[in-house]
Amino acid sequence: MTTLLIAEHDGQSLNQATAKALTAARALGAPVDILVAGSAVRPIAEEAAKLEGVARVRLADDATLAHALAEPLSELVLSLAADYDAIVAPATANGKNLLPRVAALLDVMQVSEVTAVLAPDTFERPIYAGNAIETVQSRDPVRVLTIRTAAFPPTETGSAAAPIETVGAAPTPPRSHFVSEALTTSERPELAGARVVVSGGRALGSAETFEAVIAPLADRLKAAIGASRAAVDAGYAGNDLQVGQTGKVVAPDLYIAVGISGAIQHLAGMKDSKVIVAINKDGEAPIFQVADYGLVEDLFTAVPALVAALGD
Amino acid sequence: MKILVPVKRVVDRNVKVRVKADGSGIDLANVKMAMNPFCEIAVEAALRLKEAGQANEVVVVSVGSEKSAETLRTGLAMGADRGILIKTDAERVEPLAVAKLIKALIASETPGLVILGKQAIDDDSNQTGQMLAALLGWPQATFASKIELGSDTIEVSREVDGGAETLSLAMPAVVTTDLRLNEPRYASLPNIMKAKKKPLDETTPEALGVDIAPRLAVLKTVEPPRRAGGIRVASAAELVARLKETGVL
Repeated sequence: MTTLLIAEHDGQSLNQATAKALTAARALGAPVDILVAGSAVRPIAEEAAKLEGVARVRLADDATLAHALAEPLSELVLSLAADYDAIVAPATANGKNLLPRVAALLDVMQVSEVTAVLAPDTFERPIYAGNAIETVQSRDPVRVLTIRTAAFPPTETGSAAAPIETVGAAPTPPRSHFVSEALTTSERPELAGARVVVSGGRALGSAETFEAVIAPLADRLKAAIGASRAAVDAGYAGNDLQVGQTGKVVAPDLYIAVGISGAIQHLAGMKDSKVIVAINKDGEAPIFQVADYGLVEDLFTAVPALVAALGD
Repeated sequence: MKILVPVKRVVDRNVKVRVKADGSGIDLANVKMAMNPFCEIAVEAALRLKEAGQANEVVVVSVGSEKSAETLRTGLAMGADRGILIKTDAERVEPLAVAKLIKALIASETPGLVILGKQAIDDDSNQTGQMLAALLGWPQATFASKIELGSDTIEVSREVDGGAETLSLAMPAVVTTDLRLNEPRYASLPNIMKAKKKPLDETTPEALGVDIAPRLAVLKTVEPPRRAGGIRVASAAELVARLKETGVL
């Protein structure tokens, strides 16, 4: 049988979450088709076709599929489901929104946030904010999985392009409509896929000082910026920057936590980073228990000193 | 309009859970339990709509053992009008089964809106709301940070990966709550006393005609690998030197 991977994209280009989820999808051992659904998304399908090990790309190009609304998308996936015994999506906001809807319509129990594929029906996933790892075996005839992308390396581009086949959208009168969006635009790398992340906490004190202290360090390291829940709740940083149990889960090569105490909900989002640095004036802060390098110092002196020490 | 709010009893958010040494699960003996934080936000959202005159009844419902009645009483003490316990002693009830149970209940309760937490902080599944919407054929707005109710539509701002987006849904609809939708109220002592007299009905999965047998077998539960202990550095300069040694810079 075959696996269907649902591509993550923003209408312009393929998101790297797709290539990471593809690595997990290929580990199931069956050929993998990728579904690219959206409006005017053929260039994205062409990008997806180049990924190594893709059997074919199924392209659903229709105005009703813009904005990745869950209702038309789930009907589309359902219309294709008979060809597949596994349906996979990255555990992005879109994937988490869509896939349980597909699973319920197939009468299947979804496995969320898979971090390891042990067998085609057996998976590891974190529970309790990553404080425990559960091994689960699916008894359903079809597996529906969301993939924690931080746990898988991206599949590289291959030598040959897979064929692209168009499929029709399933038109039913929509009961939900897109109204507007307010997306953050940034020159910095995307948080979920960045090699280096600099995150700030409530100790930054205000949105202005958050930017004034964190941005120069992030710029110097070509890093993405993240934030603790406390900093986001206080309005110092946007919700799309939250790292943690219910925000984004990241595993960069280098994670620098600035003025973050290290609540378990935050650790859940970053403790699989390769190297963790903590800067906090409270030497007892729990963040130091997961940090490879801890600097107990006031962040307002430590961070500028760090930028200076990094040189040009 | 009636608003239905499904709520879950989970380990209190401040408890650091322990994995049983034999790998059979989480040690829940004598652990403090509470309403799932996202469910509290859902109850609060429903109460605010009622207080604004946009809803006339808030019904909380939970699936679980007799002890889940305590969680329903918490919702009643916050201000919900009545509670329904779908009683089962099953150790694990998966999101798909919960969605089916709530759907069965909705056949008789007929709410105009269902508000749920986006995920429970125990199994971190993030599925029940979406599954419920699918089974009912209703539109959904997950990860809500703002709700505005119209006459027969609801406008919801959602937290998405790149920022926020706003959707308009035809009612009836399902909304799941994110962290920043509101700050849930604490129940006052008089309201806790009053809640004891509010109606709390019971039903069962059997009475609702729903098979709740798990589809996933949990083979084992283990602690995540621990990180090796780190070192303290004395200055920013030493930090840079150390990071250069590791090769990440």
